[in-house]
Amino acid sequence: MDIGAVLENAILQFIGLNACYYAIAAIGLNVQFGYTGLLNFGQAGFMAAGAYGVGMTVSIMSISVWWGIGLGLLYSVALGLLMGAPTLRLRADYLAIVTIASAEIVRLVVRSVKFKGQFGGTDGLRNFAQAFQQVGIDLGLQPAQDYGWWIFTFSGRNLWNLIVGWSLVAIFGVIVWRLMKSPWGRVLKAIREDEDAVRSLGKSVFSYKMQALVFGGVIGAFAGMMLALGNASVQPDNFSRDLTFFVLTGLVLGGVAKVTGSIVGPMLFWGFYSFLDGLLRELVDKPVRIGDFTLLQSTDIGVVVFMIMGILLVLLMVYRPQGLFGNRKEMAFEGR
Amino acid sequence: MKDADTPVPEQRELTEAAQQARAALASVDAVPGAPKPDPILVAHGIRRSFGGIVAVDVDRFEVQRGSITALIGPNGAGKTTFFNLLTGFDKPSTGAWSFDGTPMDGVPPHRTAARGMVRTFQLTKSLTKLPVIENMKLGATGQRGEKWWNGLFPWRWTAQEAEIEARADELLRRFKLDHMRDEYAGALSGGQRKLLEMARALMTDPTLVMLDEPMAGVNPALKQSLNQHVRGLRDLGMTVLFVEHDMDMVHDISDWVIVMAEGRVIAEGTPDDISTNTAVIDAYLGTHQGRSLLEDEL
Repeated sequence: MDIGAVLENAILQFIGLNACYYAIAAIGLNVQFGYTGLLNFGQAGFMAAGAYGVGMTVSIMSISVWWGIGLGLLYSVALGLLMGAPTLRLRADYLAIVTIASAEIVRLVVRSVKFKGQFGGTDGLRNFAQAFQQVGIDLGLQPAQDYGWWIFTFSGRNLWNLIVGWSLVAIFGVIVWRLMKSPWGRVLKAIREDEDAVRSLGKSVFSYKMQALVFGGVIGAFAGMMLALGNASVQPDNFSRDLTFFVLTGLVLGGVAKVTGSIVGPMLFWGFYSFLDGLLRELVDKPVRIGDFTLLQSTDIGVVVFMIMGILLVLLMVYRPQGLFGNRKEMAFEGR
Repeated sequence: MKDADTPVPEQRELTEAAQQARAALASVDAVPGAPKPDPILVAHGIRRSFGGIVAVDVDRFEVQRGSITALIGPNGAGKTTFFNLLTGFDKPSTGAWSFDGTPMDGVPPHRTAARGMVRTFQLTKSLTKLPVIENMKLGATGQRGEKWWNGLFPWRWTAQEAEIEARADELLRRFKLDHMRDEYAGALSGGQRKLLEMARALMTDPTLVMLDEPMAGVNPALKQSLNQHVRGLRDLGMTVLFVEHDMDMVHDISDWVIVMAEGRVIAEGTPDDISTNTAVIDAYLGTHQGRSLLEDEL
């Protein structure tokens, strides 16, 4: 068994494209869930809005892919307003129900046969990322050539994706960090603590919650755009519930209401997930048996990885409820 | 019965504001719903029912500007519900009310506060995971930095923020919370949280301060200073309406007392009027109190 290769792959996943768009999505989710206390279980819907925004440009609308940024923004803002308007006046749980349902509606609509002409059905959309890749080539990164050193060697194409992706992480990280230090951020944090207190002090809670939901959703849309451009394709099943919960788990692992937590958490989550997956695959080269009983075979790996991740998360919540980067002192006042 | 050395209100030097408030209220009849010479808050026919139970049914309710008015009544009298209705946290089935001459019915809670009518809560709502100073700064209204499009541009709000912070520090000193300035509000004691909530409400620059049981859960030593703070609000030109069960406080600081029972206003008057009012004693202790049943039959 080759533990070196497993580790190498895990490290590359840790800084890879998946970790990157999980991190962007988690920064957005952190605005909603971590700072404002909105239970958004539909971040995948916002990501789909962004991804289909760029995906639909070239192949469906015959316009430049760059219009896709505007289109993705438009879709995600519309989705945010649509989700928020009926639910933000209600208790937090209702938002959770509506967001998870909305994300599923988005996914089912874009994969439906009826709208195949608009969204490409289950095949999704492709052939729209050339203009984006071309910018990388123009900057001197040859798509087929390898760059980097030691294990950190990427093709020019991947390197360009990662540069753009991690720049977005940095940009949104700084924006959110600054905003949360502003009086606007203070109102959001206060809403998380007690809505009625904020209302009694003359702030429109509904309006602030809507701003947070839409703002976090817009950041999520950028994660979706990155996913689409990086993979050069969009498929509806990229945006299933798993995606939402990967992002959410990464955020909780890192620590809510911390920008560093929202970035490093998803990276660690995905890196560790890849590590476990790789490790088990190495172990189960041939089925593990005790007598006639098959303990583990390669088809079980997907499930077993989730079981182990689940146990580790439970332990994390018991022994470090604030997450890896969270503020222990803040947690101490929980429920008082 | 009070001890001889306990100060009674008459013996204390009344401030100018207190004298004015008492003089204005001297001519008011001690009857439920009595009109006041210069009311800041006027409510008519406010009614709120939950299912078949009528929680609040107030025909007329006025609060004199610049006074400290106590709203008392037994548990379940509808005082807090009435507070919620007046501040927009709940909607009455019928009724109209106005604050400072402007109609307030249907106005959402955040607008009531912006118009100068601020309230506190029976169960304190300190934002436990924010530092005390942030709690205070949240109270200021009209903050430019609270607009999302300004958030990223500190130069648009840092000057205002500094002003707000200075005002917050000033209030924290007045309420003797300045040593807790940078602690999380969750680290404060129950009584300190009451103080913080009151101080935070004052950050909105209100004209009418509505306190829901400011004394609940506060130790006797702190009660004295809370009393002084409430009196201080009147001296600063604010009107205070408070719900309270602590009769010493009511008697000690209020200029006027309104009594509710079973959702209605059953009596009004100066604290002395009220302490001898039979309707009030009945409401608190039950009808026929102190009389034999036989007498009642006759």
